Amino acid sequence: MTTPKIELSGVYKSFGSKKVLDGIDLTINQGESLVVIGGSGTGKSVLIKCILGILSPDKGSIKIDGVEITKLSRVERQKIMRKFGMLFQGGALFDSLPVWENISFSLLQNKSLDKKSAKDLAVEKLKAVGLAADVAYLSPAELSGGMQKRVALARAIAANPEIIFFDEPTTGLDPIMADVINQLIVKCSKDLGATTLTITHDMASVRRIAHRVTMIYQGKLIWQGDVREIERSGNEYVDQFIHGRAEGPITAAIR
Amino acid sequence: MTIPFTFLASIGRMFFAFLEAVGRLTLFVWASVSGIFRPPFYGKMLMKQIIELGYYSLPVVGMTAMFTGAALALQTYSGFSRFNAESSVAIVVVLAITRELGPVMAGLMVAGRIGASYAAEIGTMRVTEQIDALTTLSTDPHKYLVLPRLLAGITMLPLLVAIGDIIGVFGGYMVSIHNLGFSPGPYLKSTFEYLESKDVISGLIKASVFGFIITLMGCYHGFHSKGGAQGVGAATTHAVVSASILILLSNYVLTALLFAK
Repeated sequence: MTTPKIELSGVYKSFGSKKVLDGIDLTINQGESLVVIGGSGTGKSVLIKCILGILSPDKGSIKIDGVEITKLSRVERQKIMRKFGMLFQGGALFDSLPVWENISFSLLQNKSLDKKSAKDLAVEKLKAVGLAADVAYLSPAELSGGMQKRVALARAIAANPEIIFFDEPTTGLDPIMADVINQLIVKCSKDLGATTLTITHDMASVRRIAHRVTMIYQGKLIWQGDVREIERSGNEYVDQFIHGRAEGPITAAIR
Repeated sequence: MTIPFTFLASIGRMFFAFLEAVGRLTLFVWASVSGIFRPPFYGKMLMKQIIELGYYSLPVVGMTAMFTGAALALQTYSGFSRFNAESSVAIVVVLAITRELGPVMAGLMVAGRIGASYAAEIGTMRVTEQIDALTTLSTDPHKYLVLPRLLAGITMLPLLVAIGDIIGVFGGYMVSIHNLGFSPGPYLKSTFEYLESKDVISGLIKASVFGFIITLMGCYHGFHSKGGAQGVGAATTHAVVSASILILLSNYVLTALLFAK
């Protein structure tokens, strides 16, 4: 059996007395697209941040390509980080830099590209996300929400990552733009052959992107399965969530 | 619990909170400084901060020094004339400016200007996930954001203070010559007659420490700001207030150390 791309076992994380991740076991295989669904404040973002090393889990193991990353030094971890790309919920573009420097940021900082080829790369990646070359010289503040998301996506894929994380990629976009972004995500991950982990509560997004879906509730993964099985999961929490009902086992007060 | 115990408990809690804060700050500084000799080096960021902190603070620091020197000459003259010691105005002005007022006034002004802007900028980067984004782009945010700012503070504030010293002494000179009836030659002579290099250098050492404090407080509070606009506002306030208090406190400690008998 091949080594899974990402493997989490028994990951715990709490803030004060609040358990955010309560024993997460998760495996993502090479080239697979896993989507984590769950309500706001159920620990989706914390899960991603633990894998990225922005937060460190209290307990448990996180392996990337079979390498345990929770115990790495900062320098070693940074090397592993080169395998990752991430699309942040709000885009998180650097507003002090023009679009092209945003896109080729990691390659410029690590001196693997000169200015000219960095610009060329940025234009190429802009094209990949359906934006014109002249956008490269604008500042992120001059872009609309949808364009910012696209630029952020271009930045996430700029260094040809092996693993890409998408944090609520369609939040705050109109349904058409959301679908454009979803299609771009599918296309870009396919072109790169990347393994992806998406967190979202947008079911349209789930149906577009996912191979496999898992639902997180109160810090635990309560259901996992193929995206085609989600309608007949037999799990009342999942049913309530995917149909967006106010009544059910999940009560709003808990969030 | 009885009142004396709650009182003692709160002292204990404050003490532990203080130790915790010192520990966090030390780790923060270590995380930023430990990579100083390891590539990649962010020379462009350093230049940007040097210009922002050094060059653009010049007008503020210059004006402050100018008026402080001028007011100091007026005050000293009116005070010292009570016991016929007007001739000491020049030396009082130059010693007060170089040893105390130059570094402290510049420190406080730069704390307002730079401490606030660092905390607001880095704080906004924190709440919009730009700092997390740096990490995912294999860039160490401590090294990229904090280290260049600390270095700019440590090196640029002494330079600013050196220029401020000259402008401050010049402010005192202008008032003394034009309003108080001193003649230029003797005033300048008595300015430099008793001035020792130690007076100036001690002020520059203080300035370097203040530069570190200002930039550290700005970066630290920005880095740890939480929750949107309000959090960034609070971080900005904390950065300026804590930097100002630490400047005044460390000024006393440094004076005691540098001029201990």
